[in-house]
Order: sequence, then structure tokens, then C-alpha cells
Amino acid sequence: MNLFELFRKKSTAPVARDRLQVLLAHERSVIGKSDMLATLQEEILAVIAKHITVDRDAVQIKLDRGATVSTLEIDVEVPLNATKSARPPSGTSARAPA
Amino acid sequence: MGKVLVVTSGKGGVGKTTSTAALGAALARGGENVAVIDFDVGLRNLDLVMGAERRVVFDLINVVQGDAKLAQALIRDKRIDTLSLLPASQTRDKDALTIEGVDKVIAELREKFDWVICDSPAGIERGALLAMRNADLAVVVTNPEVSSVRDSDRIIGMLDSKTLRAEKGERIDKHLLVTRYDAARAARNEMLKVDDVLEILSIPLLGIIPESEEVLKASNIGSPVTLNNPNSAPSRAYFDAAKRLKGESVDVVIPMERTGIIGRLFGRRVA
Repeated sequence: MNLFELFRKKSTAPVARDRLQVLLAHERSVIGKSDMLATLQEEILAVIAKHITVDRDAVQIKLDRGATVSTLEIDVEVPLNATKSARPPSGTSARAPA
Repeated sequence: MGKVLVVTSGKGGVGKTTSTAALGAALARGGENVAVIDFDVGLRNLDLVMGAERRVVFDLINVVQGDAKLAQALIRDKRIDTLSLLPASQTRDKDALTIEGVDKVIAELREKFDWVICDSPAGIERGALLAMRNADLAVVVTNPEVSSVRDSDRIIGMLDSKTLRAEKGERIDKHLLVTRYDAARAARNEMLKVDDVLEILSIPLLGIIPESEEVLKASNIGSPVTLNNPNSAPSRAYFDAAKRLKGESVDVVIPMERTGIIGRLFGRRVA
């Protein structure tokens, strides 16, 4: 290997180190409160289900991890006549939208 | 009262069983009374790596369930009489391991041996938790590779929260053992350097085991590498690591295979 190739060669280990540092800094902060977001999702769903009948598939949950802030995006599709009068157990099929 | 050491990693295939056998044999060769226990129920391999696969009669689950006495299940090594193996069960359901049963067996082993070395299964499930539960100290085996480092970080977190010592608010000594290290590739920036791994995981270094053909040669014939070829580079690294476990201060070097050219030795401090 000549000097030229040495400089041209991309070193991969520093990339590995940097990726790990970013990833683990995040994972360490999340683990412990580990399933916080999953719990949050379940609880939000339960609250929604109390008031309106929604199909679980109509709820989109997106998590975006940034360097300084993370965003949790919850997108609930509410059928027009979904308001509940009685409370059927969650998981039963929703009335068809009008 | 002996010390209980868990050899763990999270990721599979990084060298837990190899390191358990090598460290166990190195400590036993140094005059310590050592028991190595295989916690990998259903996928036992420590017996094979140590060359005792045809001598297994009873196993850990038999002892836990009271079907056999501990003394009946322990297999004494034919090469070193201060080294014993407690194999895992190959056929039983791993749920047969109970917390109470494991605690009792470990307590009994602690009375009889200077070192009780628990070879953890991969993963972070029940088996791995049972293997680390009673540990006083842990050897975290890590390859200089991203997935292994990440999994080690996770296991370190579990050692700090899921062991009996952690639950009692006590400290568990954690040591990093970097295996399959290739100093030449690290120097070319093709492999994470030991310093990088140390900085990321921030636990003290126990040793650096160089990548070597000797490890496979030894497991082929069922011998811990430290017994099969004690002068090979990985064996010297394991012997040094065993001394550090005993509290001796030994400079960390990366042993090189003796090829005629004088091996370069990189001096390194142990934390």
C-alpha cells in the first residue's frame, strides 16, 4: 500500500465509534423508563377508546428521535359518527363511518 | 467463601464459553479451586469446549430439582483436578431453572470453591438474568464491533439493575474483556480500538484477547485454550486476565503470536 492509497482509504472505525456514541447516549436515557413511549401509546389509546370508537389500525404513531428533542406524533382517524353512547369493550369493531 | 463471576455479553458468538473455559482453567492452573457452570439450558456447549461431553451424567437442572446431589453432577477436569464443570441440561425445559434453586446451588458452590464462574447464555432473557443474579463480579465479553458493543452496553445496564447485589444497593465489579482483537486492523482504522470501546462502555479493562487460530484449534479437541497451548498469544492474554481477577496488577499488553519478528507490545494501563 503506498502513501496515496493510505490517504484515499476511508477509515471506518471512527464512523463506528461515532455512531455508537450517539446511539448509546440515546438508549441509555430511554432504557430504565424503557417502555415509556409504548405505555404512553397504550394509555392514549385507552383514553380515546373511552370516548370514541376507533379502529386501532386508524391510529398512527410515529416517533422521531432527534439529537436534542424527540417528537411523538399521534394521528387518530376519527370516524364521523364514532361518538360513543354506551361503552362496548375496546377492540370490538367500529361502526361504519357515514 | 468463594467469589461468583458471571461471563456475559448480550450478543452471542463473541466468546463467552471460550473465555469461561480459558479463564477457569487459567485460575485453576494457578492453584485456585474453580467451578465453571453452564447456564445455557438447551444449548449447552461448555462441556464440549472443555472436552467433557461424554462424561455428563447429571446437570444443573437435576441439581436444582433435587434429582441429583451437587457432588454427583460436578465433573472434575482430567487435566487439572482443581477445575470442575457443572453442565447445563440439553433436553430439559429452561423454565425448570427456578430462582430459589439456582440461589441454593450457587450458595453451595460458593462454600466449596474459590471461584464459581457462570457461563451466561446470549440474550437478556431469563437464562442470562439467572446467570448474573448471584454474581459478585462480571466479565463482559465484547468484540470490537458495533453490535457487540451495543449489546454489552445493554448487559452492563442489567448488571447494574437486575443482580442481587444491585437490588441490595451494592456494587457489582464489571470488567471488560475485548476478544477477537486485531491490533493491525485497529491501527489501520478498520476496527474499533480498545480505547474506543473503553470510552464508550466505561468499565475497567480486564484484558485484550487477540484474534487467533489457536482458539478454534483448542475447541476442536475439547481443551481450554489456556491448557492446550499455554504459550500462545490468546492464552497469555487469558493468564494475565486471570491474574487481574485475583487482584494482581499486570500491565495490559496485546500479546502477539511469536513469529520470529519480535512482537510489538502496546503498553496499556488497567483501570
